[in-house]
Amino acid sequence: MKISVQTEHFDIGAETNAFIKLQNGVGAVVTFSGIVRELDDSPMTFMEIEHYPGMTEKAIRGIVNNAVKRWSLGDACVIHRYGRLYVREPIMMVATSAPHRLDAFEAAEFLMDYLKSRAPFWKKEVTQKHASWVAAKDRDEDALRRW
Amino acid sequence: MIKILYFAWVRERIGEASESLETEAKTVAELIAELRKKETRYDMAFSDLSALHVAVDQNLTDFDHPLADAKEVAFFPPMTGG
Repeated sequence: MKISVQTEHFDIGAETNAFIKLQNGVGAVVTFSGIVRELDDSPMTFMEIEHYPGMTEKAIRGIVNNAVKRWSLGDACVIHRYGRLYVREPIMMVATSAPHRLDAFEAAEFLMDYLKSRAPFWKKEVTQKHASWVAAKDRDEDALRRW
Repeated sequence: MIKILYFAWVRERIGEASESLETEAKTVAELIAELRKKETRYDMAFSDLSALHVAVDQNLTDFDHPLADAKEVAFFPPMTGG
């Protein structure tokens, strides 16, 4: 199980390949990556992500442990960046492996839903004109209820 | 002595990332009431608790959580990871 909270840029393809090399007895790998999105109205200069050192790793580990209990997984990986990020750069990725795809897909969605609103990260979008904290959406909270 | 941490806009409104406080507060809610009396910037930051989350010793919890033996309390807006 790999959990990394880091400022460094990472290569989604390289991380996926490295994850696959560690697997035994699985037939499915699902990956999701979140990248810095361009804003509709004004050009974003960068995104600043703040986190709670100490709690972040613990919270992610708890979420991954819950996924492992619930689905038949071979392995899971979560990489999440903080600091200053630019458009199209990867923010985070999850990878799950399982003997069959359903477990891998569902566990990856579960991880994403929980990382979104239960891992202590806060995003701020900075444009040339202003800086604003990204607000959590009601649907993020609703998404947790289906699990 | 308890360590209090603030994140995101809570940190910006209060103007500090962390502070240490000697307090008699028995719960998170009592601690918030004490902080609000301190200065306007605290009163403003804690004016809408529905917009805030709290973690005691790095575990998410509720405002009625007891502070006995707590070392660290953190206040922050809803998280936006992923």
